[in-house]
Amino acid sequence: MNNTAENAIQQNMPRPGTAAADSGAPASSPKTADIAVRVDNFNAWYGEKHALKNISLNVPACRVTALIGPSGCGKSTLLRWINRMNDTIPGARAEGTLSVHGIDVFSPDTDVVELRRRVGIVFQKPNPFPKSIFENVAFGARLHLKLSRSELHGLVEWALKRAALWEEVRDRLHHSALSLSGGQQQRLCIARAIAVGPEVLLMDEPCSALDPKSTAAIEDLIWDLSEQYTIVIVTHNMQQASRVSDITAFMYLGELLEVGETDQVFQNPAHPQTRDYITGRFG
Amino acid sequence: MNGESRLSLHPLLADPEGLRARLRPVAGRHRKERIFYFLCLAVSGMAVLILAALFGAITLMGIATFSWKFLTAPPSPAAEESGMYPAIMGSVWVVLLAMLTALPLGTASAILLEEYRPRSPLMRRIQHIIELNITNLAGVPSVVYGILGLTVFVYMFPLFDGTGKPVREWGVVYYDQFYNEADTVLLVPVNTLDAPPVQPKTGMLAFDADFHPVNLQVIGEDDPWPEDPERARVTLRETDMGGRISEKTWYYFCLPFGRGVLAGALTLGLVILPTIIIAAREALRAVPDSLREGAFALGASRWQTIYRVTLPAALPGIMTGSILAMSRAIGEAAPLIMISGIVFLTNPPRHLMDDFTVMPLQIFNWAQRPQTDFHALAASGIIVLLAILLVFNSIALLIRQRYQKPLS
Amino acid sequence: MIALCVTDMNELKPKTTLDMPLSPESRVRGRAVRRFRRGIEWLILALLGSSTGITLLVTAAIIMVLGVETVLFFRQEEVSVGEFFFSLQWNPLLGGEKHFGIWPLLTGTLMISVIGLAVAVPMGLITAIYLSEYAHPKIRAVLKPALELLAGIPTVVYGFFALAFITPLLKWFHEGFNSYNALSAGIAVGILIIPIVSSIAEDAMRAVPNALREGVYGLGGTRFDAAVKVVFPAALSGIVAAVLLAMARAVGETMVVALASGSTPRLAYDPRLETQTMTGFMVQMAMGDVSNFGVEYYSLYAVAATLFVMTFSLTLLGAWVRRRYQEKYE
Repeated sequence: MNNTAENAIQQNMPRPGTAAADSGAPASSPKTADIAVRVDNFNAWYGEKHALKNISLNVPACRVTALIGPSGCGKSTLLRWINRMNDTIPGARAEGTLSVHGIDVFSPDTDVVELRRRVGIVFQKPNPFPKSIFENVAFGARLHLKLSRSELHGLVEWALKRAALWEEVRDRLHHSALSLSGGQQQRLCIARAIAVGPEVLLMDEPCSALDPKSTAAIEDLIWDLSEQYTIVIVTHNMQQASRVSDITAFMYLGELLEVGETDQVFQNPAHPQTRDYITGRFG
Repeated sequence: MNGESRLSLHPLLADPEGLRARLRPVAGRHRKERIFYFLCLAVSGMAVLILAALFGAITLMGIATFSWKFLTAPPSPAAEESGMYPAIMGSVWVVLLAMLTALPLGTASAILLEEYRPRSPLMRRIQHIIELNITNLAGVPSVVYGILGLTVFVYMFPLFDGTGKPVREWGVVYYDQFYNEADTVLLVPVNTLDAPPVQPKTGMLAFDADFHPVNLQVIGEDDPWPEDPERARVTLRETDMGGRISEKTWYYFCLPFGRGVLAGALTLGLVILPTIIIAAREALRAVPDSLREGAFALGASRWQTIYRVTLPAALPGIMTGSILAMSRAIGEAAPLIMISGIVFLTNPPRHLMDDFTVMPLQIFNWAQRPQTDFHALAASGIIVLLAILLVFNSIALLIRQRYQKPLS
Repeated sequence: MIALCVTDMNELKPKTTLDMPLSPESRVRGRAVRRFRRGIEWLILALLGSSTGITLLVTAAIIMVLGVETVLFFRQEEVSVGEFFFSLQWNPLLGGEKHFGIWPLLTGTLMISVIGLAVAVPMGLITAIYLSEYAHPKIRAVLKPALELLAGIPTVVYGFFALAFITPLLKWFHEGFNSYNALSAGIAVGILIIPIVSSIAEDAMRAVPNALREGVYGLGGTRFDAAVKVVFPAALSGIVAAVLLAMARAVGETMVVALASGSTPRLAYDPRLETQTMTGFMVQMAMGDVSNFGVEYYSLYAVAATLFVMTFSLTLLGAWVRRRYQEKYE
């Protein structure tokens, strides 16, 4: 089954709709067919539970890759291993290869702090810190970067603009972030994540706690961000996967059953389980 | 999609070289993390260290004078003769009585506050005030309770003269005690402590040393002493002077309470009342609502539900809380020193109004003396006190472990 | 009090109607049973209500006793309100000229409380951070009971510990320490309130949702960043409450100062010397046989009233701050 997955990626069809000719793209985010995240023969456990079984998956750079599948299939687990968020969970362990831009995630030389700066994450429920909007965005930047006041302000403004939040909050940057609506909070979390200069953004069901209107705004933003960022998104929502992603991977009971161009997976799924799931027979 | 500027990367982040130059060195951040971790570990370890130092120092100081005799002997001006038996018994009396008052009151208050949730805004406001009040009572220094007890229980200030002397008494008889020339003791009952001294007269009601009534014979100052020993035993001269003594029964009771066991116990009861209420409320809150709803669904009234369902389910929690409150009461000295002062007693209390001392006060008494001999006694006393507390806490822990699981 | 739950009594009224016709007698009997049951419920409610009422009564009694006797204190010839608050001498017992200025006792109390807080706040807070953010369950299983044990040790034991262990240690370091001194008592008071600070602060930090910690880690933050830069500020109101409550406890602490800090009220800030606190004075009064009516006796109440006002405000403030933080994360 892993063969299907890899073959599909190899073909690497151009993404429909967006112009690939974003000329000013800097070296750190080339608009090419690079593989950003490479997963090979990857296994993971929670205590005794075998949560991920022999996963092999290549995530292309500057694309949106959606992980779908029924609850408990391991898609969030896989996502959280990419930047080692699972380190904090007692009893969680993993084996196999997982690399981000050629850097082995589990190598002793890899610093998890630096890894997480390069691989940002946005969670299911918006989790702004109980600080001001400005401080939220500045938080990560202050951790990692030595910046002057004006540089910090510039960076915060850029991140908020990039997360399409600037217009709504420019007059109340120093109000509590908790006063924002759920959708705004989630965009704030995205701004916070991009302000430290990541290359990959992991999104763990970023819209599941939001209303439809906020969801639409976030989806637009994801589409937008994929110009510079490799995005891996876990979602429960089939429509969302088909709307925002270029690549879709279907997982079931800890195994990766199918991966391919989103249109192909949705219109012509290779695996019967995938078909049943996306047509809503189970889930 | 709103134009080039929004889509591009920030210049700082776009230039990998520049970005690398500005990155804080990861090693430094990890060093900070490690230093902080060891600081935390060291400071937290201090708590354990202090505890060890405290136990160690006290054991070293006190173990030499610690013996069976120390537990069973009364205190004495000579350090090597001293024990803390009256203090141990005083603690037993005072703490048990304090629990006897505080436990029902505290549990009842907790039931009202947890199980009868008012709906009207006014009643809710009142409940809020009561809750705040209990929080505050828990924060009142215990020495202030001592002042309260001194005024309200010892002197009963507005009702009596404020001297603390008994005004109304039950269960006591006063006697004038005479020694006659045959060296026997004769007792003549009088009404009150302050009654005028008795002038012995023939035919007066009188008792011998075993409280058997005797036929009192009184002779003149210069009359010859009777030959018959039986008669001599009950004879007094009319000029004999007696000494006033009292015979108090175990149920002796007086108003105001004076500096006795009851005043101390009630004061201590007030000190631990908030603790018990808070603990009992937590225990009741831990009872799942499904149990109550089940009882209501069967048609049980509110009190039936509480009495038959909620209270039994909360009982282990209430017991744990009460035992902890009790250990607090055992160690409490400040309020009791206001009530009893520092007294030298060789007997344990015999009735509710009797003078008393408790373990912490006895320890305080020894500790404040300059001689190191008495410091050793204080340390021995602390060993006893801590051993008792340890037993109590272990019991509480056992109850918690045994009963808490099936509920939650 | 008794009427606290009037609305709830409606629940006792029968709400269902019976389908089956009942005989008149059984209907009468049912009504009697219901009335009896309702009577019992009311009786119990009254009992519970009066028990609860006692807690209010206790507060009222404290305020009344302290208030009335303090007024009597100020009615005495030897003393005036002005002297109490502005005189710098406290000398109620010894012969000669008596002085009733609260300041020496107040500064003594504050000095020992401040020393105590200087010990307990850093130690308690760092312990709380360690317990909430770092501690391995095994270490926690040792540390938590140790703290509970510290909290459960009677204060007279700490007093003895200060007198017989801390003071000799201080004297060994520096010769200028008196046998009774403020520093020794202050340190013991500090040890005594560490568990208060650490347990309330730990509760406050544990109440901070885990999602915030994950947020920090996800941004590439270390545990230090999460603990110090996010969790600690987020729990700040709970931490402030912890400090306020610990301070109330330190101000009211009695046996430690009675044993270790001596009985000379003085308006000095040298922690090596004897100091008397408000509570220390109260114990001294209780130990001596002071008559029940003299001005010295009433001064006991004036000091107790001052102490009560201080601790009452601190606890009230602490409870208020704590309540506010609880609303935030529920």
